[in-house]
Amino acid sequence: MNSEEDQLSGNPYLPYPARIEQIITETEDKSLRTFKVVFLNKADGERFTFLPGQFCEVSIAGKGEIPLGMASSPTEKGFLLFTVNRAGVVTRYLHNTKEGDILGVRGPLGNWYPWEKMEGKNVVVIGGGFAFTTLRAAIVYILHPENRERFRGITVVYGARSPGLLLYREELEQWEKRDDVNVHLTVDATDDPGWPYNVGFVPAIAEQKITACDDSYALVCGPPIMLKFTQPVLENAGFEPERIIISLEMRMKCGIGMCGRCNIGDKYVCTDGPVFSLAQLNELPREY
Amino acid sequence: MTCPMTDKIFKKREFADFLRALKKTYEVLVPVREQGFYRFKAIADGEEADLRFTNTRLSPKSFVLPQSERMFEFTLDEKIEDAHILKEATRAYSPTAIVGIRPCDAKAMRLVDVNFNNPEFRDPWWVKRLNSITLVGLGCSEPCSTCFCTSVNCGPFHEEGLDVLLFDLEEYVLARPLTEKGKGLLQSGGVERDADEGSRNKAHKLRREAEERITSHVPTDKLGQKNVNDLFDAPFWDDVAFACINCGTCTFLCPTCWCFDIQDEVIRGGGDRIRNWDSCMFPLFTLHASGHNPRAEKVQRVRQRFMHKLKYYVDKYKNGVACVGCGRCVRYCPVNIDIREVFRLMNEL
Repeated sequence: MNSEEDQLSGNPYLPYPARIEQIITETEDKSLRTFKVVFLNKADGERFTFLPGQFCEVSIAGKGEIPLGMASSPTEKGFLLFTVNRAGVVTRYLHNTKEGDILGVRGPLGNWYPWEKMEGKNVVVIGGGFAFTTLRAAIVYILHPENRERFRGITVVYGARSPGLLLYREELEQWEKRDDVNVHLTVDATDDPGWPYNVGFVPAIAEQKITACDDSYALVCGPPIMLKFTQPVLENAGFEPERIIISLEMRMKCGIGMCGRCNIGDKYVCTDGPVFSLAQLNELPREY
Repeated sequence: MTCPMTDKIFKKREFADFLRALKKTYEVLVPVREQGFYRFKAIADGEEADLRFTNTRLSPKSFVLPQSERMFEFTLDEKIEDAHILKEATRAYSPTAIVGIRPCDAKAMRLVDVNFNNPEFRDPWWVKRLNSITLVGLGCSEPCSTCFCTSVNCGPFHEEGLDVLLFDLEEYVLARPLTEKGKGLLQSGGVERDADEGSRNKAHKLRREAEERITSHVPTDKLGQKNVNDLFDAPFWDDVAFACINCGTCTFLCPTCWCFDIQDEVIRGGGDRIRNWDSCMFPLFTLHASGHNPRAEKVQRVRQRFMHKLKYYVDKYKNGVACVGCGRCVRYCPVNIDIREVFRLMNEL
């Protein structure tokens, strides 16, 4: 987190210039690509300290800015990763960039997963579709030797529409081999008879695999429909609303709580979120 | 040591001289009548302020938060070293005086300031522009029938947010400095004569009579303690929103509406990042790239506007409602949606 003084004296709308160092196509339909981004000025990179769950406004001069959660963990030094779904003006442009192209990064913005509260606890990670990005950052962060002792076991339930749409396949396979991580992959449907994992929607698989709270925190990120049906699964498994942690998305412009569009009740997703506990969301209007 | 603030007085027919003197130090904005409507405008030599107005159609918020404002500029020409890198657009913050601003519009700037100048982030353009402006208020001797300022912690001679408050005493103008900035302005304007006891009494009477003349009241006492979800799920929103055509007039006129959009514009290989006023009345305001829209329905957007002003703001800042009772939205709504009625519905739920 930038120091308070820094934020107040600088211009919070001005992006740090950065360069695309590498572009990785993640899915077979090429709709998702990961961009490895490096700050042009070393000092900007050193000032940019964050925790998994936070996001940035990624800026393309002439196109605009979009909020993107960091897919990289702060333990991965010297670069940031953003996994981007091709959807609107900026993301379409991004998908047509090449390595070496210049963009801007403004942040880090928003809050993060409750790392201090999760210490000494099991962590259940539930993700659907391309919302797995900051969850990937969270898993990499926990598994880093510096942090591994601070947390107990990890259980991952991650699903996509089809096998070719799962992100970070190589890492998922590595995590699967570890004895401190339980990985449950699923797809909505597949015609591959050799598919070795689950078939079914994320909430249904979560219901099979997550049967007890077992002193855990659940980090949940996915499309609205997945969030809706995963909540009761976790509550039935005994998770208290304070321990169900949800990362939300909202249309944003400023990212710093000023432009007025990303509110849910009196909270702004950009500054009070994007990470909320279910207990917090239960107090707010259902308008997201 | 600073001297105490003393009320000053000058002859009303010297008002033009006062403005002329101010123009040596400030850019001076005053109410003028154009095409049937009043608005604030920088006056040229020979032009005069027209103080017969009740209030300007648009609030002067645009002088602190311009309707359209260049934030950054950039070049996309790869031959230039800094291609694609945003640079802050140069701009001047020359001393400006808004003379004749109504007390409600000045208070509104205080209500909006908590958004742009908060403990976490500071909007540099809002802050610098607000600092460069001196607000010389003109009390409302004859409030409008739609004004309800006295029930929302404001009033026809409310001082909050102003640097100077003027009282129109027919033949004289009493000028009350409220800040050091205001004191400095009166000095620049050549206003030096101390007001006598009689004039001060007249000013006091004028204020009291104006306050009594405001007969439109709204209840606000229970808004803070209401449960937000009870209000959100209240049965009256469909009725409130029924006639709304989502034109956005209310948000553009409102002195406490601050929402903005950010857009990039490109012409011939270079461009600007620009911010423009936006409105929660428009579906695009919250439309996700995926197509999902949390406020896709008109009723959701109408509810958002009133909930923001009368509940979310109240809960977030513990600073009262985000409404100063200027009555503009009541007067100009093309389908007669009346915020005073919404106050009642929400407060009495």
